[in-house]
Amino acid sequence: MKINRYLLSILVDNEPGVLSRISGLFSGRGFNIDSLSVAKTTDPDVSVITMVTYCDAHIIEQIKKQLHKLINVIRVNDLTEKQYVERQLALVKVHARTEKRAEIMRIVDIFRSKIVDVGHSHFVIEVSGDSGKIEAFISLMQPVGIVEIATTGAIALGRENGK
Amino acid sequence: MKLTGAQILVQMIKAQGVDTIFGYPGGATIDIHDELDRHDDLRHILVRHEQGAVHMADAYARAKKATGVALVTSGPGATNTVTGIASAHSDSIPMVVFTGQVPTGLIGNDAFQEVDIVGITRPCTKHNYLVKNPAKLADTIQEAFHIARSGRPGPVLVDLPKDVIQAQIEFNLPEPTQMKSYKPNYKPNKKQMAKAISMLKQTRRPVIFAGGGVILSQGAEELTQIARLANIPVTGSLMGLGAFPGSDPNWLGMLGMHGTYRANMSIGHSDLIFAVGVRFDDRVTGNIEKFAPDAKIIQIDIDPTSIHKNIEVDCPIVGDCKTALKDIYTLMEKEDPKDFQTDRTAWLARIEEWKQTTPLKYDQNYEVIKPQYVVEKLYEITRGEALVTTEVGQNQMWTAQYYHFDKPNHFITSGGLGVMGFGLPAAIGAKAAQPDKLVVNVAGDGSIQMNIQELMTAIESKLDVKIVILNNRFLGMVRQWQEFFYDKAYASTNMENAPDFVKLAEAYGAKGFKCTQPACVTETLETGLNTPGTVIMEFVVEREESVYPMVPAGGAITDMLLV
Repeated sequence: MKINRYLLSILVDNEPGVLSRISGLFSGRGFNIDSLSVAKTTDPDVSVITMVTYCDAHIIEQIKKQLHKLINVIRVNDLTEKQYVERQLALVKVHARTEKRAEIMRIVDIFRSKIVDVGHSHFVIEVSGDSGKIEAFISLMQPVGIVEIATTGAIALGRENGK
Repeated sequence: MKLTGAQILVQMIKAQGVDTIFGYPGGATIDIHDELDRHDDLRHILVRHEQGAVHMADAYARAKKATGVALVTSGPGATNTVTGIASAHSDSIPMVVFTGQVPTGLIGNDAFQEVDIVGITRPCTKHNYLVKNPAKLADTIQEAFHIARSGRPGPVLVDLPKDVIQAQIEFNLPEPTQMKSYKPNYKPNKKQMAKAISMLKQTRRPVIFAGGGVILSQGAEELTQIARLANIPVTGSLMGLGAFPGSDPNWLGMLGMHGTYRANMSIGHSDLIFAVGVRFDDRVTGNIEKFAPDAKIIQIDIDPTSIHKNIEVDCPIVGDCKTALKDIYTLMEKEDPKDFQTDRTAWLARIEEWKQTTPLKYDQNYEVIKPQYVVEKLYEITRGEALVTTEVGQNQMWTAQYYHFDKPNHFITSGGLGVMGFGLPAAIGAKAAQPDKLVVNVAGDGSIQMNIQELMTAIESKLDVKIVILNNRFLGMVRQWQEFFYDKAYASTNMENAPDFVKLAEAYGAKGFKCTQPACVTETLETGLNTPGTVIMEFVVEREESVYPMVPAGGAITDMLLV
């Protein structure tokens, strides 16, 4: 079957062990998680988990049902079939050699990203966007010399008119 | 009113209508056992191993149609329950397991007898809790019972730190449990049921396939009504035995790896499978690609994850089996009954032919006892009235084949996980639930030795059980696979060194009888079953007898090895 990228937004009870139940469900069944981000919502008793996974249509059905079966899961929202806004955040530390500084700043500008720390030898750049944009940015920074990267998992919200 | 955590626990268990719990004390649970000692209306059965306690709670739940309860201490007490919990999880048995835990201040410090049992049992419980706040104790216990028995039932574990058990807490009986994240759906979809009705009208070669869900939802009567109204033959999974009367002419026998020829052939040639409370386990389907190639499938299950998991279903109905069956029967009654029996003659004749040409069979014309013969005689002598538990292996399959279960909740076996050592503690649990019933455990010589220590529990607690050991001096089922698929290399399956079971029974204070001749089988069974107290009946049976029919793993279920 065809492998697709799926993006799930899962509302859960904000309790110890809930993330472990969810990740355990994945590892126990041999499903792979591509990215995961978790934080509490405006309701302190509820957290939202955004999860990206690659699998076929049959497996995502099982994943969604199995997630829903967990006692602490309140709602499973599959954003994949809807209109949604997706963002990932990356902090990228690059070599800031004098002859490259202008070029780096140009790319930062084009990507509407930000230099958040300037040093004698390094810049730290903050860039956000969907995973494609982050990957594109990283690939452009590669020749400059990337020292270190930290990336969050994807987060997403459905659009107002999202079907 | 201020109560201790231990007092609250006992109050809350009693409020759930439970009258028996199975347990083993330890440092972390002394207070609970101390409190239990003051309550004559909540019986505590002292087991000899915590695994036994959980199997007993499992069988108690099934025999009493209630929720089973086990209580054990922290650390090793808790880890010893894991097999029993996993078995109950596989078979969807409502159960609450209470484990003691080190005081909250010590949790995470690798304290003496500390283990993260909530972490360990996360994948094999329906849900589990660590109670850290004494104020939440009563609510958590009530919620645990609510989760264990609602929706698709299952085991729930509650871990109780010693300081929570000892705390003094203001106690009020909690309000009914309301959960925003857990609301099982019992009501089947009307459109889907209407679709099922129209499919039932169009079928020429239907089969009903009943599973454990029918028994758990207490829907056996409704299932039988539908089968009779539409004259549809019925097969069952191991867990579904007793969901339809085993003596009914339309009963096909069990389906699957050791299913009857007619059950497997009927499924293989049917055009409509009406599956109720089954999850299409691999022991039932064989090779999925070749499973029921011509059949449309209606499937009723309370758990949506059971639908479309292994087999594509044409008409999924999510809901409680009993409710759905009742509703479907009501809809059927409004129709012309003839519409449901169109041209069934050829199909039923074909099934009858399968039955006549290839019945379940064995040959007792030898000097040596055939194990099937023992089970068949057991059925005759008990007139099918006994509650029967089994261990796992050949003994389990022969019991499934030759003890014809007419009623639900009479066959108690570890179906999904297949736990050797299940049968003896299960028999004790069933006896605790149904003291007036005759309870028989059919065992092999290998598996009886896995929890043999529970003999003491049976005797001490006066929970008399009758144990039939089919002694073939082999780990028979594995030996059978070695015979078929490993050129008869019987690696590590020889069990010639066994205890003297008669003396062993006597050592515990039970009675023991041994039978080595076919001519004495009936007499031994009659004597054993009529002897008061717990009794072992050992039958020295044919060493290399195999369970037939057999579908080799990965084959189509219509491709069977016959005797």
